[in-house]
Amino acid sequence: MSWSIETVDLTKRYGDLTAVDRLNIKVEHGEIFGLLGPNGAGKTTVISMLCTMLRPSEGRAKVNGFDVVSQPDNVRKSIGIVFQEPSVDDELTGLENLQLHAMWYGVPRQVRHERIKEVLGLIGLENRKNDLVKTYSGGMRRRLEIGRGLIHHPEVLFLDEPTLGLDPQTRSQIWDYIADLAKKEEMTIVLTTHYMEEAEELCDRIAIIDQGKVIVLDTVDALKESIGGDLVCLRSPKLNVEAFKNLAYVRKIEADKDLLVLTVQNSSQHLQEILERAGKVEYISVRPATLNDVFLHFTGKEIRTESGEGGIFERMMRAEARR
Amino acid sequence: MSVFEAIYGIWLREFKVFRREKSRVITSLFTPLLWIFGFGGGLGPNVSIKDVNYQVFIYPGILAMSILFTSVFFGVYIVWDRKIDILKEILVAPISRTAIFVGKMLGGITDSMIQGTIMLLIGVALGVSFTPVATLLALLFLLVLAIGLVSLGLMLGSVLTSPESFGTIVSFLVFPLFFFSGALYPLENLPPWLMLLTYIDPVTYGVDGIRAVLLGTSRFPVLVDLLILVAFAFTMIEIGTVFFKRMQ
Repeated sequence: MSWSIETVDLTKRYGDLTAVDRLNIKVEHGEIFGLLGPNGAGKTTVISMLCTMLRPSEGRAKVNGFDVVSQPDNVRKSIGIVFQEPSVDDELTGLENLQLHAMWYGVPRQVRHERIKEVLGLIGLENRKNDLVKTYSGGMRRRLEIGRGLIHHPEVLFLDEPTLGLDPQTRSQIWDYIADLAKKEEMTIVLTTHYMEEAEELCDRIAIIDQGKVIVLDTVDALKESIGGDLVCLRSPKLNVEAFKNLAYVRKIEADKDLLVLTVQNSSQHLQEILERAGKVEYISVRPATLNDVFLHFTGKEIRTESGEGGIFERMMRAEARR
Repeated sequence: MSVFEAIYGIWLREFKVFRREKSRVITSLFTPLLWIFGFGGGLGPNVSIKDVNYQVFIYPGILAMSILFTSVFFGVYIVWDRKIDILKEILVAPISRTAIFVGKMLGGITDSMIQGTIMLLIGVALGVSFTPVATLLALLFLLVLAIGLVSLGLMLGSVLTSPESFGTIVSFLVFPLFFFSGALYPLENLPPWLMLLTYIDPVTYGVDGIRAVLLGTSRFPVLVDLLILVAFAFTMIEIGTVFFKRMQ
């Protein structure tokens, strides 16, 4: 098996701070691989090292078979990058941005025109190509950047927080583009995100990272299964927690005052029994586990709230309020 | 060759941006014109140096000054590019840092030479007599001076982190380089400390050389001026490239 990306104890330190701590990941050719974690988890640092922009303090990494330290030029030629911060040139038109990129990446003159046309079609900016980028909307810029990263036909495309700061509608558009790309171009895509929906929507496999370490790495389904089932939330003035103990299908019990959250395997089959045991309830909700639950399960804190505030109950209530 | 293509691409980007910001040319011409007409125009009727009208005497100096300001200031665009995050796109491209430096340098030289050419036309209005040879030689001096100074600006741009810090550079570097270059006064009969400063100021040799080819009066032989400027230009390219290689 040849891996698109392979890291061995990849580490980056800034003085006393270890931003990335002995990272070992292998990314298969053609998959969409997600690095999911809260802000400051070290995701961008990982990407920067893989893109040869940062020198690792320790460990090794290979991208498309090239070592990031000893063969940076080969790595750079074979990858496309979409940075977290917008990096297209405002003072140039969309077309000019693409043309210059093609020149910098040594795309042969004969195929340049064709590639640019192909990319413009893909990102849907054909009719705006001659407008200055400063007149573009946030979503259009993002699309232009993704398109720019594709002109030299990279084998691996890195997307660092591709939908950061975009509105929900534009975000789902960008997701469609990315999913489409992965299918059409058979490209390996590595994306970082702190949006769980984004990771769930797009990624084949996900590495959840926190404080520079991989907490867990697997497919989205396997990660959710690792929680052990769905979350059943009950509210009742007279809660009998004891009634749920020693039930094979109840994986986890969390109680707080009049609230009870059970992690239940095959919840649909057991709901009747749960209700019987609970007695009179004021409120009940059942929802499948999310990646946030996975993150919480493994780290004891949430992705969204960095301070660690907001336990499972607040989260349940918030989830209700959103509906 | 793809390296030339890449250099051309980097130059092209600078040139396109320059063409779109016409105000850049106009504002950068303002200070030299102020010196020639506001300062030289006032002193000219009253003062002449070596039988040359003062306004005409300082004209080669102001020519060099316009190159000095535009060239060193070109470095600030790197700081801006970094600040608005478009520098990364070039730094992460498979282009050697030397090639990036050369492309940027050519971009800066283009800006400076466009301005220098406009300044030469203004000289015609002042009554400076331009022979074809003198014009070509003046352009050569401006070019070599621009190479050295653009490289200096790029070197500064690669290490400075805020566009504001370029203001400090003007006070502590650009103004001294201008005042001690002999742009405004002849280099004879200066007190020793001032004489020393003019000798170590590379712009001195630009001013002196241009004065020699346009007005026929100079302190040093023209060839000496040119050789020192060429040496300065090569040194700055060398140092600038090293700075670019270290840039993150």
